[in-house]
Formats: sequence, C-alpha cells, structure tokens
Amino acid sequence: MAIKSSGLLIDITRCIGCGACSDACKEINDLPPEIDDKLTAETWTVVREKDNDLHVRDLCRHCVEPACVASCLVAALTKTEHGPVIYDKSVCIGCRYCMVACPFQVPCFEWHSPNPRIRKCILCEPRVREGKSTGCAEACPTEATVFGDRETLVEMARARIKADPKRYHDHIYGLDEVGGTAVMFLSPVPFEDLDFNTDLVNYPLSDITWNILRQVPTIVAGGAVFLGASYWLFNRREKVKQAEQVVGPGPKKEADDV
Amino acid sequence: MFRSAVKLITPWRLIMAAFLATGAVLVFFRFTRGLGSITNLSDQTPWGMWVGFDILAGIGLAAGGFVMAAAVYVFNLKKYRPIVRMAILTALLGYIIFIVGLILEVGRPWNMWRVITNPNIHSPLYEVSLCVMAYTMVLFLEFSQVFFEKFGWNRLMAVFHRLSVMLVILGALISTLHQSTLGTLFTIAPSKMHPLWYSPLLPVHFFLSCIAAGLGMVCFESFLSERFLKHPPRMDLLSRIARFMAVMLVAYFIFRIGDLAVRGVIGLAFTAGFAALLFWLENLLFVILPIIMVFRRGLNIGRTSLFIVSFSVVLGFIMHRFNVAITSFQLVKDAGYFPSWMEFVVTACLISAGFIAAGLAVHLLPVHGGETEKSKN
Repeated sequence: MAIKSSGLLIDITRCIGCGACSDACKEINDLPPEIDDKLTAETWTVVREKDNDLHVRDLCRHCVEPACVASCLVAALTKTEHGPVIYDKSVCIGCRYCMVACPFQVPCFEWHSPNPRIRKCILCEPRVREGKSTGCAEACPTEATVFGDRETLVEMARARIKADPKRYHDHIYGLDEVGGTAVMFLSPVPFEDLDFNTDLVNYPLSDITWNILRQVPTIVAGGAVFLGASYWLFNRREKVKQAEQVVGPGPKKEADDV
Repeated sequence: MFRSAVKLITPWRLIMAAFLATGAVLVFFRFTRGLGSITNLSDQTPWGMWVGFDILAGIGLAAGGFVMAAAVYVFNLKKYRPIVRMAILTALLGYIIFIVGLILEVGRPWNMWRVITNPNIHSPLYEVSLCVMAYTMVLFLEFSQVFFEKFGWNRLMAVFHRLSVMLVILGALISTLHQSTLGTLFTIAPSKMHPLWYSPLLPVHFFLSCIAAGLGMVCFESFLSERFLKHPPRMDLLSRIARFMAVMLVAYFIFRIGDLAVRGVIGLAFTAGFAALLFWLENLLFVILPIIMVFRRGLNIGRTSLFIVSFSVVLGFIMHRFNVAITSFQLVKDAGYFPSWMEFVVTACLISAGFIAAGLAVHLLPVHGGETEKSKN
C-alpha cells in the first residue's frame, strides 16, 4: 500500500488558546521551555491571540511542493514521503534562501551561534514515520489540531463546513494555497482578518523558478550559436578586407583562401 | 628612507587600513558569536545589505568584464583592447571579493563544497553558485594572459591566443546565465515583494541592467584609475562605451516600464508614497539622468559629465538591487531592517581590499598594456 502523506487540520473555532501544543512541541523536540511570541529557532509553534478573541497557531505548513525545498541549493531541506519537510544540517550552507522563499515566513536561523542551523517544525518526523501522531495534535485537549493523512483531513474539513456553514468561513486555508499544504486551517472569519497571507498563488511557487530554469539549455545553445556566428561574421569581414587590401578586390575565391 | 615611508601613508590608505583593522575584529565576532552579533538581520529579514551590495550589486557591476571581452574578441571591436584587461581585472577582483563576502555571509561556509556533491538543480541558487565558480575560473584564465606577458611565457601566450575566443564565448554564456539567475532567485517570493520590483521577468531585468551597469562601472573605474593611479582615461573610447550604455539603458527602461504596464501595476509608480519615491529616485539615477546627459552631448561628452553619468549609473544600479533584495520586502512587511554600522564596515573592508588588490595589480602587471598583442596583429 502506498504511504499516505500526513498533515494537520487546525480548526480555529475549536482552539481555546491553552498552549498545550507549544508545550508538547518543546518537550518532544528537546527545545528550551520558554515560548517566544513568534516563531524562532527555539519555538516551532506558537498560539497567538487575535483582536477578535480567536487563537491562531503558527507553524510550518509542510507544503505539498515546498518553496524552501526547491530553493535549497544543496537539498538540505527535503519533503519526505510521509509528509514532513525536514532539514539536514550536515549539508546546509546557511545561505538562508529558504527563509526568503517561504511564503509563510517559517524557517528560522540561529543568529547567535557560530555553528548556526535552520530550525523549524518537522511535523514530528521521527514519530510520523512510525505511524504515530504529532506531539501537538496528541496534546490538544479540544481536538482543534487533528493529525491524519491529508486526503482524510480535507474530507473532514469539507464535512465540517457543510455541517455547520454558519460556524465556518467557507474556505480551507492550505487546500490550494501555493499548490496545497499539509497543515490546513478552518476559521470562523475570513483569513485576512487573522493576518494570514491571502495573497498567494494556487500553484507551487517552485513552478515559477523552474519555468525559468528550464530555459537554461535553450539560452546556452542560442547564445553559443549567436556568439559563434558573430565571431565568424565579424572576423571574416576583416579578413576579407585585409585580403582586398593586399591583392585588390579580386574574385571572391581568392579572398576565401586567406 | 623616512621620506618614502611618509609618502606611503596617504589619507585614503589610512582610511582603508582603519576599515581593514576594524573589519578583522568584526569578522572575529561574526565567526565566534554568529551573524546576529554584528548584523541587524533577523528571521524576518534573512537577507540584508551584504546580499544587496556585496553580492547582487557587486556581481552586476563586474559585468563589464564579459561585455568588454565579448566586444573585443567576439565582435572584433579591436579599438577597445586597451580597456579590456582592466575590465577583466575588475571582474576577476569583483568575483574574488564576492566569494570572500559569501564566506562571511553564509552561516555555514565550511559546507560550501556541498554544492558540488549535493546539487539541487531546481534551485536557482545552485545555478548561480555553479556559474560563479565556473566564471571565476574563466576570468582567471582570461586574465592569465597578463601574467604570460609579464613573465614572457610566449608559448603559453600562443596557447591563450588560440583559446581566447572560446574562453570569452564561454564566459559570456556563463555570465548571461548567472546575472539573470540572480534575478530568478527573487521570483519565488511574489507575495513578499512590492509589485514595483517583483516581476516574473526579473531575470531579464537583471540581465539588461547588468550590461549597462557593467559598462558604467568600466567608465567609473577609468576615472578612479586616473585619480589614484594617474592613468589618464581614454575619453575617445569611454564616450562610445557610454553611448552604447545609454542605448542599453533605454532598452532596460522600456522593458521595465512595459513590464509594469502589462502587469497592471504601473499606477503604483504614480501613487504618492515611499515606494514611488524610491522607484523614481532609482530610475532617475540609473536611467533618466544618464540617458539625458549622454544623448545631449553625444560623443563630445566632457570628462565631468561622463564622470557624473557613470557615477549615477553605478549608484542607481546599486539602488535597484537594494530595492529588490531589501526594500521591496520591507515595503510589504516592515521588519524595521536597517544595516548596522558593522555591516557597513565589513562592506567597506571588502571594497578597500578590492582597491588595494587593483592598485597592486596595476603596479605590478601590464594591465594597461596589451601593446604586444597589438603589434602582433
């Protein structure tokens, strides 16, 4: 049986802002217990209270086709078949292009370390690989965060909106954004009111760069022909001129011999 | 003896020495306490001044190397031969400085070799790295003729002559690729950049602008070379280079404005605000002022005018790269980034090192020569 790619469904209508997810994350991933107010190298998920009394989690979205993975020049970031986007410090150069590329501003950097790493939620990859749930989903007392395979979660989200359309804003954030993400959100209000990035395309961001990079062989071939032909043309013109100066404007054949 | 020691100490050299000494201390902190200890970078602004200036602007301004080499060796414009070596030297030094800057800029430079063993061909940055490595080697080979001439290695010189065109064509191709791909880097972040600078066609913007900027730099450094190395600029050649540069600037500007119009965001350039102000300041310096000054006087352009034009182009070009790499991000989501004084000092250090290396090279090697070649032809 093919491995199903996992993800999380985060239902903002159910979140009470207790922060159990952040605590569990800290414990499971061996991070220092202080929880920062935004994502940092040591805080991989936070719950933020918004003006409208809603609590919103922030964490890596584990995109189906992640921009960070496409942007990493040494493939230090990879998307596993189980769903998580993971990081390998042994090859990472620390260029931070992944941070520029990520539309959700998730990857963080150890700015004060001489041996810095990129740090972010890894969707509890070692647990997920063994078929277990993520720490945050397991810790959530209200099932605001649910772990499962992405397809099932999409169905679940659709069913919830259908069953109670008044409770939900009719959109699953992460279903199509940047080609789909493994971590998806349901909200009672439009997502722009929660400061989500709603200015996203519905295809993978890596499509943009790849469509340009694909042209490289054509550009090289075209450029080589153009420059080669130019060289031949401009230098031949001169040789012909030199030949004409020596022997006078003779028959064409003579000029060719020079 | 005492007198010659005094002569060695000039105000400029003192300033450069001060920069280098401070820079050495800063580099020590950077490698013991992390990038955060000397830069104002953050998780919200992962790329700052060093990427904007040392890398994007530096590489772009070094484009004069491949443009002049192609002009002389491919398009057979022999009269530019006296300038081509200086252009190649600037490019070579530019790339070496860029690589040094990169070692300071990336967090884990000891892993840089992984680019060879762990390639990700889907990453534009991979293409840039590969091209920069290859092109630095090509530049070194192109510049090697100066060593051959200096030491009278005539057989190597003959080999170089036979291969020079191939080398120059290869260099031009690699340059075209990575100059444009530096623009491609940013196409992956459409929602994070201000639409006056984001474009899916950024690679074309980067390529067109680097040719003009590279030529602007060739002119600019000719004046610097006069000021510091007492080598008079070849106004007859520079005025023609400036004219071609102006043509490239027109092409760039038409493309720039056309691109904004097609994407339907040109209105933003006429919406009062900081973004529009930056946009017009950038284009005034990089395009409008230089075009007007060059086309008004044509080939009779005076020294002062040409100096202003080239300085303006270089400044405007740097501003464009800064706007793409830093400001356009800040305009969408203000992370309050402004470079720390230490970032400025490290950059000043790199520039100083470049000046010193260029000065030494001109003193020790026949950079302004190429006479032997001329007599051979």
